[in-house]
Amino acid sequence: MPDLGKYAVEVLSAYAGSMVLIGGLIVMSIAQRRAAKRALDEIEEEQGDG
Amino acid sequence: MSIWSYANPHKFAAVAERVVPVAGVLAAICLIGGLIWGFFFTPDDYRQGSTVKIIYLHVPAAMMAINIWGMMLVASIIWVIRRHHVSALAAKAAAPVGITMTLVALFTGAVWGQQMWGTWWAWDPRLTSFLILFLFYVAYIALWSAIEDSDTAADLTAILCLVGSVFAILSRYAVLFWNQGLHQAASDPVYDERQIDNVFYLPLILTIAGFIILFVALVFYRTRTEIDLRRVRSLEARRRMVEV
Repeated sequence: MPDLGKYAVEVLSAYAGSMVLIGGLIVMSIAQRRAAKRALDEIEEEQGDG
Repeated sequence: MSIWSYANPHKFAAVAERVVPVAGVLAAICLIGGLIWGFFFTPDDYRQGSTVKIIYLHVPAAMMAINIWGMMLVASIIWVIRRHHVSALAAKAAAPVGITMTLVALFTGAVWGQQMWGTWWAWDPRLTSFLILFLFYVAYIALWSAIEDSDTAADLTAILCLVGSVFAILSRYAVLFWNQGLHQAASDPVYDERQIDNVFYLPLILTIAGFIILFVALVFYRTRTEIDLRRVRSLEARRRMVEV
């Protein structure tokens, strides 16, 4: 860990906050993709059966 | 083969299938490499101390926030002129990425500004136009959510995108137009005359590359989701018609 001196809290919080935001975007994108795929599979299967 | 053939959802999905894994891995390599390099292996700035390490997040995020709006504008114009649904859905898919980048830029800028300027926020031309750009992202996403008919939503959001472009350009050039405020002019090493040493510049370029490739991966991935959701809505509408 580098010595961040008197700005340690600010630098670490900038990195942590950015990671949370970007990580959240990636997780949300994956969750939405899975939900969309599941919904499409269900409706296609249902209409195929019908 | 014409570029317009990729406007076919099946063709686009096939391309996305190949692009997303490659871009995802490349983005991870560039981002993790660039951030580790910048955070652990670069010295403190003689005036800014260790806060200079915030540059590896703040500058790429701010660049992306502005340029993603530009990409959304191009996609929206293609929709308005050629009525390709994939381009409208690509613009819609890019908006959450853009607003996240805007939030990262605003947050890291506030943390950095508090230490260097003594304030979290100032009504400086660049900061203010960036905040307005953030509000345009919010409005753009809200407008897509508020309108049920996707073609009408694409039309109206295209107009909003055109209006918001003024603020995207302003947030990029505000310091040059008004030549006042706290934010310095040359913080964008790709376009501006370089004013930083290689020791900071090289990891910065790597993280910028990482942010750009991450955006490519996410926009392909999220557009694929939007294409599937559009098909779900269309199949549900067909089912309702059959039931009636």
